[in-house]
Amino acid sequence: MSTLHLTDAEQRMLDGRDGKARQKAMELLVRYAEALGAERFVDTRNVAGVPGSANPFLQNYYKDKNRDGLDAIFSHFDLDSDELVDVPQAVVPTFHLQGGADPTAWQTLGVKVEVFRNHQEREAFAAQHDVGILKTCTPYLAGNVPAKGEHLAWMESSAVIYANSVLGARTNTEGRESTSAAMLTGKIPDWGLHQTEHRFGTHRIDVDLDVSTVMEWGMLGYFVGDMVQERIPVLQGRFARPDIVRLKHFGAAASSSGGVEMYHIVGVTPEAATLEMAFGPKPPVEVFRYGRQEQQRVYDRLNATGTDSDVDYVMLGCPHAAIEQLREAAQLLDGKKVSGNCHLWIFTSRAVKSQARDEGITKTLGDAGAVLLTDTCSAFAQAVPPGTKVVALDSAKQAHYLPAILGVQAWFGTTRECINAAVTGRWSADRP
Amino acid sequence: MTVAATIVLRGRKVVGGRAEGEALVTRQTIPGWGGVNPVQGVITETQHELRGVSFKDKVLVCRGAKGSSGWSAMYHTARLAGTAPKALVFNEMTTKIALGAVVMRIPSVTDFDRDPLDIIETGDWVIVDGDRGLVEVVKRSASRS
Repeated sequence: MSTLHLTDAEQRMLDGRDGKARQKAMELLVRYAEALGAERFVDTRNVAGVPGSANPFLQNYYKDKNRDGLDAIFSHFDLDSDELVDVPQAVVPTFHLQGGADPTAWQTLGVKVEVFRNHQEREAFAAQHDVGILKTCTPYLAGNVPAKGEHLAWMESSAVIYANSVLGARTNTEGRESTSAAMLTGKIPDWGLHQTEHRFGTHRIDVDLDVSTVMEWGMLGYFVGDMVQERIPVLQGRFARPDIVRLKHFGAAASSSGGVEMYHIVGVTPEAATLEMAFGPKPPVEVFRYGRQEQQRVYDRLNATGTDSDVDYVMLGCPHAAIEQLREAAQLLDGKKVSGNCHLWIFTSRAVKSQARDEGITKTLGDAGAVLLTDTCSAFAQAVPPGTKVVALDSAKQAHYLPAILGVQAWFGTTRECINAAVTGRWSADRP
Repeated sequence: MTVAATIVLRGRKVVGGRAEGEALVTRQTIPGWGGVNPVQGVITETQHELRGVSFKDKVLVCRGAKGSSGWSAMYHTARLAGTAPKALVFNEMTTKIALGAVVMRIPSVTDFDRDPLDIIETGDWVIVDGDRGLVEVVKRSASRS
């Protein structure tokens, strides 16, 4: 049985010599490391989480118990501490992921004024504690691009898989509590993907199909996640080199249908120059083939809830749109109008929105009747235009989550098919 | 009359403590954010075999966890809402299920000498001793005879 070893600095925090909050953070991290069977902690200087945020349930829960106040949720929920502590500043660079509501168009999302004020208060709380306000699920497109080999403590499954696989940084899928504890300690359990021997591939995926569009990369990711669950797939096949947007959609899908936190694509991702390098010392435990039939099955699953062809709402930007995707949407919409029977919302980060404004993209989208929103998405905010029954999506991740969360019908297709649905108010697509 | 047969599985402590309850078993991984309603204590993922099923006060026996990094926060919320499972028995260790078990503060065991999914069925009575890493299973079929 493994034992957890603490350094003098870690023991010091655990003993409370660096203050109550850091003691509670270290206690949580020790419970977590012991649950994992970790033997030590690793230092991190890159934390991405949602410190101090609160949904209405948490807000009411702590209010009912007379624990109102900004430190209360951080103490009792983030640190899982029974004691209320004064929350100090972050001791290492820490960033806030998606959450809350668009700071200007919050009313579009149907957010009530009291709830919006709460979001603002919590954002100010994070900023006062030296947390960078990125408000996006794509920190790697908004100013936090980790280096290869850097140890992170990141939440957001689609960002974790991107950081590990595409950038070669090292993080497990951390949670709300572990990232908030890391923010106050600079520590995270040295386990799993922090260790070289746990980053090698386990399953081989032979892609026997020309996967090229963003939608096709999303379907491949959905298939892979379903097949390997939380293991590490290695892809090889006759596809063109995927770009950032395709890798973003592939990873988001694989971490939704399964729990994939890392993948390799031979000749593309940094720890897979060759098949041998991707697998390291162990051969694949299983091999799956992905061909036309497998792709069709994924397509049918992602469209399983779609029956009515009148589309009320089209959502793009899951994960948050890259500037290239906003450019594409603007091109497809140029000179057209969103149907009076349909809404088109596109979600992105504040950083990318600012770039889109400077490039004139925001104006083109606005002239066509599309709404560009930041900070959140329909699944996260549980927000769709009033009366929405049928949605169209170009993201396998959003198609996986939205019907489960809001009980709507979902159509899944290409970005072009989605924009076309927004303009005509009807779903029309070719099964690939 | 037959004596109820008790099967003992030996594993590793994840979270200590002792609890017992009726088993809820799935070979699938358990979703977190976006696939569960923590206030109601119900799985909501559209394609999950436990869709609509409550895990409140059950001994949840599963392969492991999947999906979002909001996993721990969802089950942490379930604890506050009073809908959390009583104990957790699982095969595949991930950071999601480890942190989730910690913040649910329920006895949890993994790394078994035999696969609990081959032995425990939904409805069996299960006693989880987290500190000793022991899981006792009283088969429903045996306890009824």
